[in-house]
Formats: sequence, C-alpha cells, structure tokens
Amino acid sequence: MRMIAGRILALLPVLFGLCVLSFLLLAAVPGDPVTAMLGLEADPIAIAALRAKYALDDPLPLRFLAWFWQVLQGDLGRSIQTGRPVTAMIGSALLPTLQLALAALLVSLVIAIPAGVVAATRRNGPSDFAASLIALCGLSLPSFWLGILLIMGFSIALPLLPSSGHVPFLADPWEALRHLALPALTLGAAMAAATMRMTRATMIEILSADYIRTARAKGLPGRRVVWRHALRNALMPVVTLVGLQLGQLMGGVVVTESVFSWPGIGKLTVDAIFARDFPVVQGTILVTATLFVLINLGTDLLYTVLDPRLRNRR
Amino acid sequence: MSAIAMRAPLWLRLLRDPRAALGLGLVVLVLLGALAAPLLPGAETPDFMATLAAPDATHWLGTDDLGRDTLSRILAGARVSLLVGLCSVGAALLLGGTIGLVAGFFGGWVDMVLMRLMDVLLAFPGILLALGITAALGASVTNTVIAIAVVNLPVLARVARGQALALRELDYVKAQRALGFAPLTILWRAVLPNALSPILVQASVLLAASIITESYLSFLGLGVQPPTPSWGNMLRDAIGFLDQAPWLAWFPGLAIFLTVLGFNLLGDGLRDRLDPRD
Repeated sequence: MRMIAGRILALLPVLFGLCVLSFLLLAAVPGDPVTAMLGLEADPIAIAALRAKYALDDPLPLRFLAWFWQVLQGDLGRSIQTGRPVTAMIGSALLPTLQLALAALLVSLVIAIPAGVVAATRRNGPSDFAASLIALCGLSLPSFWLGILLIMGFSIALPLLPSSGHVPFLADPWEALRHLALPALTLGAAMAAATMRMTRATMIEILSADYIRTARAKGLPGRRVVWRHALRNALMPVVTLVGLQLGQLMGGVVVTESVFSWPGIGKLTVDAIFARDFPVVQGTILVTATLFVLINLGTDLLYTVLDPRLRNRR
Repeated sequence: MSAIAMRAPLWLRLLRDPRAALGLGLVVLVLLGALAAPLLPGAETPDFMATLAAPDATHWLGTDDLGRDTLSRILAGARVSLLVGLCSVGAALLLGGTIGLVAGFFGGWVDMVLMRLMDVLLAFPGILLALGITAALGASVTNTVIAIAVVNLPVLARVARGQALALRELDYVKAQRALGFAPLTILWRAVLPNALSPILVQASVLLAASIITESYLSFLGLGVQPPTPSWGNMLRDAIGFLDQAPWLAWFPGLAIFLTVLGFNLLGDGLRDRLDPRD
C-alpha cells in the first residue's frame, strides 16, 4: 500500500506539469489567439467578448490559475465551433477510442503470443526466421500506410469491409464489428510486432530454465510444458510491454482514426486543430496525456501485483 | 570473437553483420536518392497531359493528379524527410544531451528540476505532443523540426543522464576532481567523450522514429506543406485516388518503410557492435 501511495504521489507533479504544458500550448499561439481562432475579419465585438471570456488581458500566471481551477472541477471550457462543453465532446469521443484501442490490443495479442511462442520453440528454424522478419517489418511499417493498404485490399479490390465510419455496437453488432475490423487490424499489427519480439525473447530464456527441464524430465507432454509452465512466466514482461503499448495507443489512434474517419478522440483532436478550436485541442491533449500516464501507472502496479518479489521489495 | 576482429573498424564490423549491412545499404540508398533528387526534374512541375499516368518507361513510378512525376517527388521527399529527421535529432542531441549530462553529473536539485521537466515531456504520447506543438506554432518544416526535437529531447536526456551518473563515480573522473579541474571542464573532457557512444546509438534509433513522426504530421496536414513534397503529404494526396491510381499510395509508403527499416537495422547493428560484450 505504501508503495502504491508513493507511486500515486509521485505522479501528482507530472500531472500538474501536464496541465501547465497543455495550457502553455494555447498561450504559445503566435499573435493574438482570439484572432487566430476567429480570423482576421472577425467582428470586434466578438473578439472583445472572447478576450473577456478567456481573460486574455490578465497576466499569464493568473490566467493559468483560473484555468487550472476550472480543470480541477472537471470543466475544460466550451468549444468555440459548437459551443458544447469540451468534457461532453471528449466523453462522447472516448468510447469509440477505447473500443478501438481494446480491439487493437486483442488483435495484437492473438497474433503476437502464438507467433512468439512458436518462434521461440523452433528457434533458428524457418518459422522463427519468418516470424522475426515479419516482426521487424511490422516495427518499421507506418501504421497509416498499412491502413491505406488494407483499405485498398479489403474495401476497394475486394469490397468486403467498409473503409470508414463507426457503428455503435448496441445498434448493430455485426456492422459494428465490420467497421471495427480494418482500424483494429491497422493499430494492432504495429503492437503485435513488439509484443511478438518480447514473447519470443522471454520464452527463449524461460525454456532453458531448470524447472522447465525438470517438467520435461518428469515426462510432461511438450505442449503442456510450453503453454502452461513456460508461457505463464514469460507473460510477466509481456504484460508490462502491453500496458506501455496501450498507453502509446492513445497517441497512435490519432492517425488511425483520421485514416478511417473513426469518431474518436484522435479525430476530434485533429479536426479541432484544423478548426482552430483551441479549447478542444487543449482538452483532448490534456485528457489523452492523463490517460497515458494513468495507464502507465496501472501497468506498473499490475506488474507489482503479478510479481510477488517486487511487492516485498522495500 | 578474435582480437583482430575486435580491432577492426566499426564500419567493417557493421558490414560483417548481414542485418546491419542491409540497414546500412538501405540508408546509403536513401541518401544517394536524396542527393540525386535535383537531377530529376518534375517534382514540382505539373504536366496536365500526363495526369494519373500508370508506371511506364517515361514515368517509372507513375504521375499524380497534376502530372508530377512520382519518382522525382519521392526523391525530393527523401531530402525533406532526412532533413527533418537529422535536424530534429541533432537539435535534441545537442539540447537533450546537455541537459542529461548536466543533470547526471551535478545531481542534487539540478538533476531533480531538469529531470522532472523531462518527465513531463515523456508523459505525453510522442505524436500527440508533436501535434500540440505544430498546432500552436503552425504547420511548416521548421516547426515540424521543433516539434519532433521536443519529442526526442527527454529520451536523449535520460540516456545521457544515465551515462553521466555512471561515469562520475569512476576513478579517472574523481582524479580530475581531486586535481582541481572545474566541473564543466571535467564534464567536457572526461565525461562527454565516454558517454557519447550510447547517446549516438539512441539518436540513430530516434532517426527512424522521427522520420515516421514527420510522415504522420505531414499526412495529417500539420507537417510539411504542399507543394513541397514529403512522403507523408504525398500519401495524404493519394487517399483521394486509391481506386484510380493506387501507385500514388504504394511508393511513398514503401519509401518510408524501407528508410525506417534501414535506420532500425543500422541502429540495432550499432548497438550490438558498440556493446562492450561484443
């Protein structure tokens, strides 16, 4: 408990730093941010109203404190474009993003874990070479290009899956899955490459451990030794990597959502940037980065729960 | 490994490793392509008589909707990608390396303040931070370099700090202190030269990541702006012609893939060859 409390406390300055940086991003807009938002031809009364609303004539530290106080109360301001509260906009975009992130995670695990295990058990064989080569290529493949190739293959050449859009799962589960397939595969493939490499490396190490030799000597079937005895322990570092990747996914969705017009937080961010809707940009960046930090903390804590040696360490 | 092999120069040891040699080959190919770009006109010259032409003997990789030669644009894009990658990693190396070395060498409150700042930057997913910075500063080549440099900064600072922390405890550094040399002199003469290898290896790996980040930003319309060709903005333009001219999406993506693969393989090879256990 002390350790968990310590980790959470150590996070507070980082979260405060995130707030400062997210605020400064808007303050860094060259020239007058109100003119940048409304354009040069804007009505002077509208400009004055917006300047008053954001207290832009106040000194920067005072503006930050006022904004920070609002953020602490869960108020990220209102969209300039739609007038809707930013928190509500983020709230409705968050669900599709989480749906996509979890589907991508599932895709990556389904590909990576069996491939990593097979590569490790047939080390230096043709399947190991093929799996390692594919993983290396996967790490170098820009995800948006893979997305475009998948659209060309499965939406244009073979019109099997839709290339864009989102259908809520409860409205039509089959259509929801069809719309989810390509973006999840795009995002999951990049994750799978790293997870596969990690699974392979840890499996190789564990397969040479004494207790595996003992299990084999006792006459346990090979499959049982690999999948139940070795894999269970090999998954420890993989869990950490997957957790960290889940955090990275929060950034990766920005591009994938734009390719597939997926109405998540990434697309909301990019659309807001083009609309110069800075409260939305500020809000999405702050929320995504906070989620990223919290997911990383969750991974750390999960690792401690899974590994009793870390739990007892002072 | 024999003593003779250990004494072989780095490039020779890299060439003996097939994966590193492939990486080096790909990087050299991209560099040559970038250098050759001015010899191939047509990157920014429209030819309305040859719009969306499929790859043939005249236009090896086809043309785009304005009749511009795809090969010329890809080579011109290589210049932009390498320029942005090298400048952003170079800037991060200079600033992040300095921050990390100073933090690790001096320790105490200097270390705490500098590294907490770096922690805040690391708390953002890289692409999101780059997006935020380009959104604030505006889309241009210079701002893309700045954005990617800021993303790379904390990574290099962490590596440099780790090196400085380890080196400051070594006897030859302590001896310089005992001889009365100024801390900055010790940092410059004793710590920096010995910390440089791992920092440079990390920088080479970051080059690949920076090229991908630049292509992401340009693809989203927030990086290099048309008509300057970059692989990312070429793919963005290709989206509208996927059914009529798929080659517009194949080749720029392939260029990014091969370049990043080259830098990844080279980075892996460098790391292995510079590892003292090698």
